[in-house]
Parts: sequence; C-alpha cells; structure tokens
Amino acid sequence: MSHQQEIAHLLTRQSFIEQGARERARSLLDSGTFRELAGPFNRLYSPWLAAQDIATQADDGVIVAKGRLDGHAGVILAIEGGFQGGSLGEVGGAKLAGALEMAAEDNRRGNPTRAVILFETGGVRLQEANLGLAAIAEIHAAIVDLCRYQPVIGVIAGSVGCFGGMSIAAGLCSYLIMTREARLGLNGPQVIEQEAGIDEYDSHDRPFIWSLSGGAQRHTTGFADALLEDDAEQIRRQVMQFFAQGQPALPRQLRCRWYQQRLASVDTARQTDAHMVRAIFSHQKDQYE
Amino acid sequence: METLHLEYPATAPARQRVLVGVVASGDLEILIEPATAGRTQITIHATGSLSPDLWRKQLDRLFAHGAAAAMHMEINAFGATPGVISLRLAQAMEEVGT
Repeated sequence: MSHQQEIAHLLTRQSFIEQGARERARSLLDSGTFRELAGPFNRLYSPWLAAQDIATQADDGVIVAKGRLDGHAGVILAIEGGFQGGSLGEVGGAKLAGALEMAAEDNRRGNPTRAVILFETGGVRLQEANLGLAAIAEIHAAIVDLCRYQPVIGVIAGSVGCFGGMSIAAGLCSYLIMTREARLGLNGPQVIEQEAGIDEYDSHDRPFIWSLSGGAQRHTTGFADALLEDDAEQIRRQVMQFFAQGQPALPRQLRCRWYQQRLASVDTARQTDAHMVRAIFSHQKDQYE
Repeated sequence: METLHLEYPATAPARQRVLVGVVASGDLEILIEPATAGRTQITIHATGSLSPDLWRKQLDRLFAHGAAAAMHMEINAFGATPGVISLRLAQAMEEVGT
C-alpha cells in the first residue's frame, strides 16, 4: 500500500474500538436487521450495585442483539467495556448465558442460529461475587453446548481486553479474533503484580504487558485465530469468513492435553518473556495442521 | 447515590424513544420515552460531586420554558462532570427531535 493509499484508508476506515457495544453489534449484523432483546427500556438493572451505592446502567452493560449474519439467523452478545470495566454480574451474566442457551435450543429445533460474542471485560463483577461466577460458568457451558451445532466466534477488539473467567469463555470459542490493541489473559496485569510482586510483573510496563497478553502475541502463539486492524468492515468480513469455514478441525478446547504438556515443561524459575512464550507454544501448528 | 425527581410543563408527546451515553466513569446515560402531552418527568440517579441544585439548573435550562416535547427522562450518571452532562443532554434532545 502506498503512502497515499494508507492515508486514504485511514480516513475512510470505520473504527471498531471507538464504537460502543450496541454500535459494534449493529455494525456486524446485516443492515436493518438489528433487534435488541432484554434492552435498556426493559430496565433490567443490577440490584446489587445500587445497594452498594454504585451507579447502574439500564442494560447492565450487556447487549443481546438478534438479527441476520450474512442472511443467516444470528445473535450478537456485546459487552460494554465502559460500564464497570465490562464486568459480569447476575443480570448481564444471565442475559449472555440465556441468549447462548436460546441459540443452542433454536438449533435443536431446526432453526440454525449463530452467535458472536464481543468480549470487553475484566471478568466477574466483584460486587456481585458468586452470582457473577455462577453466570460465567453457565456461559462456559452454553458456549460448549452451542459449539456442537455452529461455530461460536469471539472478538476481542480492545481497549479493555478480556480477563478472568471470561478469558476462559474466549478460549472456548471456535474462532477468536483480536486486534493489536486488545489483550487476553486469565489474570489482569494489576492482579498478577499484586500477587507476584513488581519484580516479576510490572503492570505499568505497557510494552512488557502487551508483549505477553497483546493480540499480536496471542495470535502468534495460537490463542487467537485472526489478528486484524481496528476496522469494523474487516472484522465483519472475518466473522463471516469463519462462519463460512464451519467448525475448526480440532477446537482449542480439545487440545487441552497438549497445552498441559507444554505448561508442565515450563521452567518457572526463569522470568517469562514474550520470546520464551513463543518457544513454548511454537510446535502447536506443526502438530495439529 | 443521589436520586432526584424533576417535573416540567411540556408540549406534545415525544415521538420516539431515545438512548444516549454510557454509565462509564465521568459519563452518563439518558433514556427518553414519550409521555402524555403537557408534562415531562425526569428521574436522576447520580453518584459524584454534582449537587442536586446544579443538576436542577442544567435541566431548568432545557425544560423550564415548557417548549420541549413531553417525555419521561431517566438519567444514570457516574461522576459525570457538568460539561459532559450538557453535551449528553444536547445529544439526547437532538435525537428525540425537539
């Protein structure tokens, strides 16, 4: 691409990251088919945040959007990262799990429905503790159930990223799309620093954090299946392409023994860095493709 | 968290529902639904430093003259600053078409 073409592309590109969760869902669905379930005017607030004097949002930060994906029945589950860090509590968690369970049920009834999950979440909402954890367990089970009928596609665009129990949900998806800005990790950087000490993990060292949990590294090490620019149209096209591909030959969740073997081989006395992680997971492609 | 109820005279019912904003830090969401002609009711749930008096002043500016459409407005604010509040209100009123 020439310099001029790059500038033209930058000027016409529609950012995905800059959109809110509802706009993201709308931009993925076929034009004019967006229909929200359990939306803000149903006023399903978190009863727990208000009791703790914390501002609530009318959709509890989860958007359930039914519509068409390339002409096929689909549902998009979009987490709003701006509200409470995209954390999942009782209501938002139930919306997500319920919509995935409904999609699986629709498939069983002969109405093939596809699902896309837009992750932008720190994981469980600490103020709702066990209710959030229970909801995330239900989400995991629902993804595994739905994967029996249709590929489930996850997108982590950023800037919040995807952490905690929801990183497991991302790992369970048939295909995962990330951008360079996005991060994926079981524990967030601050949590690791707090538990392991700043010598081991400095959460303010952004190049270090992104070198381990950023989209580029996650793609290179096989935890994400596509690494894209922050471009809504590119992301939409990739989602459709993955649906067209159908189920992956060997889903990540069925490779767990191989992952266990790789982790068992790690020398934890050494400070982990990006190069070392790449070496640990580098044989994956040879073995499985 | 403060809760504040306000009422204003209004004209005909608003023509549509509107949602703007997000309850992110320093921000707010506004939900608007049509109400019966003549009266607008506003409920504000807010955390942060803005006093009920300042909220009232912000909304008086838009509704006290009674020329706006009749609506139920709900505001959920998370430490929203006066500048952001007036931008979001302007955005909501533009979308509702008054």
